[in-house]
Amino acid sequence: MTGQILPGARSDGSAWSVGAVGGAVAPGCGSSGGVRCVGGGVGGIGASPVRPDGALKVRGEFAFSSDLWADDMLWGATLRSPHPSATIRGIDVGAALAVPGVYAVLTADDVPGDRHYGLEVADQPVLAVDEVCYRGEPVAIVAADHPETARRAAERIVVDYGVREPVTDPEVALAGGRLVRHVPIRKGDPAAVAEVVVTGEYRVGMQDQAFLGPESGLAVPAPDGGVELYVATQWLHADQRQVAAALGLPVELVRLSLAGVGGAFGAREDLSMQVHASLLALRTGRPVKMVYGREESFVGHVHRHPAILRYEHGATRDGELVYVRARILLDGGAYTSTTPAVVANAASLGVGPYRVPNVTVDAYGVHTNNPPCGAMRGFGAVQACFGYESQMDRLAEAVGLDPVEVRVRNALAEGGSMPTGQVVEGPAPVARLLELVRDRPAPPPVGDDPRQLPGGVANTTAPEQVVRGVGYAIGIKNVCFSEGFDDHATARVRLELIGGEPTALVHTAAAEVGQGLVTVQAQIARTELGVERVVVATADTSVGSAGSSSASRQTYMTGGAVRAACRAVRAALLARLAGGSGAGADDGGVADDGGAVGDGGVVGDGGTVGDGGGRVAGGGLELAGGVIRDAAGRTLGTLVDLLAAGPVERSVRWRHRPTRPLDPVTGQGDAHVQYAFAAHRATVDVDPELGLVRVVEIATAQDVGRAINPQAVLGQIQGGTAQGLGLALMEELQVVDGVIRNPSFTDYLIPTILDVPPMAVDVLELADPHAPYGLRGVGEPPTISATPAIVAAIRAATGLPLARVPVRPEHLTGTG
Amino acid sequence: MVLPRSEMEFLQPESWAEALAVRAAYPEALPVAGGTDVMVELNFARRRPPALLDLGRVAGLADWGTEDGLLRLGAGVPYRRIVTELAGRAPGLAMAARTIGSAQIRNRGTVGGNLGSASPAGDALPPLLAAGALVELASVRGVRRVPVAGFCTGPKRSMLAPDELIAAVLLPPDAGPEQFAKVGTRNAMVIAVCSFALALRPVSRTVGTGIGSAAPTPVRAAAAEELLVAELPWADRAALPEPLVRRFGELVAAAASPIDDVRGTAAYRRHALGVLAGRAVRRAWAEHRRGGVRG
Repeated sequence: MTGQILPGARSDGSAWSVGAVGGAVAPGCGSSGGVRCVGGGVGGIGASPVRPDGALKVRGEFAFSSDLWADDMLWGATLRSPHPSATIRGIDVGAALAVPGVYAVLTADDVPGDRHYGLEVADQPVLAVDEVCYRGEPVAIVAADHPETARRAAERIVVDYGVREPVTDPEVALAGGRLVRHVPIRKGDPAAVAEVVVTGEYRVGMQDQAFLGPESGLAVPAPDGGVELYVATQWLHADQRQVAAALGLPVELVRLSLAGVGGAFGAREDLSMQVHASLLALRTGRPVKMVYGREESFVGHVHRHPAILRYEHGATRDGELVYVRARILLDGGAYTSTTPAVVANAASLGVGPYRVPNVTVDAYGVHTNNPPCGAMRGFGAVQACFGYESQMDRLAEAVGLDPVEVRVRNALAEGGSMPTGQVVEGPAPVARLLELVRDRPAPPPVGDDPRQLPGGVANTTAPEQVVRGVGYAIGIKNVCFSEGFDDHATARVRLELIGGEPTALVHTAAAEVGQGLVTVQAQIARTELGVERVVVATADTSVGSAGSSSASRQTYMTGGAVRAACRAVRAALLARLAGGSGAGADDGGVADDGGAVGDGGVVGDGGTVGDGGGRVAGGGLELAGGVIRDAAGRTLGTLVDLLAAGPVERSVRWRHRPTRPLDPVTGQGDAHVQYAFAAHRATVDVDPELGLVRVVEIATAQDVGRAINPQAVLGQIQGGTAQGLGLALMEELQVVDGVIRNPSFTDYLIPTILDVPPMAVDVLELADPHAPYGLRGVGEPPTISATPAIVAAIRAATGLPLARVPVRPEHLTGTG
Repeated sequence: MVLPRSEMEFLQPESWAEALAVRAAYPEALPVAGGTDVMVELNFARRRPPALLDLGRVAGLADWGTEDGLLRLGAGVPYRRIVTELAGRAPGLAMAARTIGSAQIRNRGTVGGNLGSASPAGDALPPLLAAGALVELASVRGVRRVPVAGFCTGPKRSMLAPDELIAAVLLPPDAGPEQFAKVGTRNAMVIAVCSFALALRPVSRTVGTGIGSAAPTPVRAAAAEELLVAELPWADRAALPEPLVRRFGELVAAAASPIDDVRGTAAYRRHALGVLAGRAVRRAWAEHRRGGVRG
């Protein structure tokens, strides 16, 4: 099935949809689906060119960070705390050092620089200093000539622990003053009253990102005393800063290159083995490789914050919201990581995409002795959405309205204001997205193919034992970094003749984590420069920071930077054209950071909408197919001629428009750059006697502003929805007394192909006037509302209140 | 001090006689067939045997046929072939095989390996229990056949002697209606939260059951079997009385001794076993009434 244009989305018809078929095909350039390729050309924006890593990954030939190799390398291993909380009275590494094949055993005393690191607050020890605060905390590291030798030697390290009682209940932590951050939001009348009041308490379990490629990398000591680090990460420069600080080296001596990333989802935003491998490499003078095992990986990265959410919604009898009061408690675990920003998201997005005149929200993040929690796809918005969408269903029931109708009645729209007072600029098609999923044809009734029944081929359930339910949800997510953070991305673009053909080299430090960013960068360069040949260099720290591949921001930010750099290159070409032969012009050649755009609060081309495909700024000139023409279509020159004088290179540091902090008392402020919305309708079949669930179909509607790569957009929507399904039905790290009880893919279950249903997808492309090409971040929104939609469908099928995710068979059968 | 190196011996006999000789000579060698359990344990460093005894090249181990009037299933027959080749002769076992792991795991994993691991969650074991299967154990000392009911002696423990290998399982030829169902918390590639197998043998008017993942070993529900033997309307194939179904479910649930763990609560397991048992007997009896007697 190919895409089809939805009527009335935008005057140029840029909306499309894909039916609920197994192998949904994204529309793209040249497809019969009718999607226009605006300004794209071959492989430009709006097309879905083949991604360079696709075939390699399908064939199993892609080199992940765990495949790195150096002939003379050593292997690192980590000794971790067996206790959630303990003092360290002493560490004896003698027995480990005595093991043949061991080259180094290091503890906190061997960390030459800062002994603590962190993304926001440097409170996490590189190696435990005098105490351990969660089970799995790194205590010592070993380098040996064989991974097994390194692991066995680590086991021989003797640590004298003084075991303490762990704090594992976030309520106890909050009462005990272990607050990381409290974000209050106050809008309107805090004492507002309403005719209809619904309350609820909801809980979200600890979800894991469950990437398949474990934490891994290779550190190589450099002749200048520095280190070259090849690693799978989301943010090379944040790693560089923290690694350099821990090593006590200037940042220029710590050089990172992105290795093949096997999934991220937030779990690679914090450091894992980066400092450890570098320390061992510098100590031994040998390359050191570290690869976490699966069990180790589950304690080697942060998780999604478990949450306790209490909500009270007040509304008129007609279902119009009068007030929302909420208290959201997030368990940040042992160290700060990104908890402060997660708390701010949960608070500022805590009532959802609705018009609410009176809002009182208090969100808290606390420290416990549970595993540290931090970034995961949806980042605070996921937890809040399960709370407010569960409430909207209760409200619908209380006032006797259809669940979609009650949402539409309260839907935020363009020009509406958030509880923070921030006015939503640009399209906010909340009602339309809900109507799109509502109006989708219902999936077929239950059949007798066992793969489509609850329990699958395990033969538990017959069609007559199934009850069907339908549920809806919509979510809201901020895109890019918020609260005044100086969020920028740098791109370096070089245009030159290679073999006589104009070729663009795009170089950024942006992490391709599987989302397709390398492809997107090339597409933008093709569109802006009118060339076909684009080479995207490996991301590394020899170019300026791109910021993190998180917050749904990288196409916006690095895409924006690549576009700006390309336009700077075009401007230089134009100047060369004006200079005649182009030879000797001082504009030509390589300029460094000369083209800062959007710096210092100047919006620059951040305010430009549209594709600009090949138009040379200010000249009425057009660059396409390697030819520059004027407005009358006369050929003024060719790229080949202009580039004969040498390459043109420009580097641009690009910023989105500035945001502001939230007022610490009222939570008011224009804290977010952009809002993104997705809605889901879930249809489920439930076997109520056994408590088994099969999701029959999920319909999603999402506004993406502009689909730079429609196939990648679909991939994000499908993948994000599946991750939300996982949280609804099965994905939970079960933590008891600070100990993860299921650190394996045998017992941490993620959806398989038999659990993920066909997905019907409607994509709207309503341009955001502030964003490059009008695009809107895509990656996170589909994860957010999938979970509450599925739970709503199970409630509809069973009549059970279901206030916790994941929903387990025990919850449906009263046997918990 | 010198730690043992991480290398291990890899022994790869090509005939059954050679395999038994190697087993006798190296009783510390861990037998491995498909590797779907053993390799996971090695990867997680839960086991470091000094040697592996690979049975993958032993001729004949993956054959099945009839012997002494019984269906003899070589220990090395992979689940995939049980699904495709034995659904008629061993329907319960084939149903169970279909629920195991992924296609890749079913291509590698074997009933012999499932018995060797002796996990209470081994999916092949409840239908073997229900069918009244025998396990054939062999060593250089000779061959013995033991009821599968007594083979597992505890979680991951069995009566396999250090010099023995599992040669085959033997199933009675008169398979009647059989059922197997398992509960997991996702729809594929999942370890059983609990499972239940039922075999009706109308020719002999006997009944077999098997419960998985709800006791230290796979267990039979003897009282539930006796109930059906006594009260099923064998003679006239009459409709199944609902109270009998209910009572059967209760007796199956009572036969389990489940625990709370990460996969489910004891209360859920007991509840689910009752439901599975009721569904199994309804389905099996419906098949019998349709005339599904095989000889």
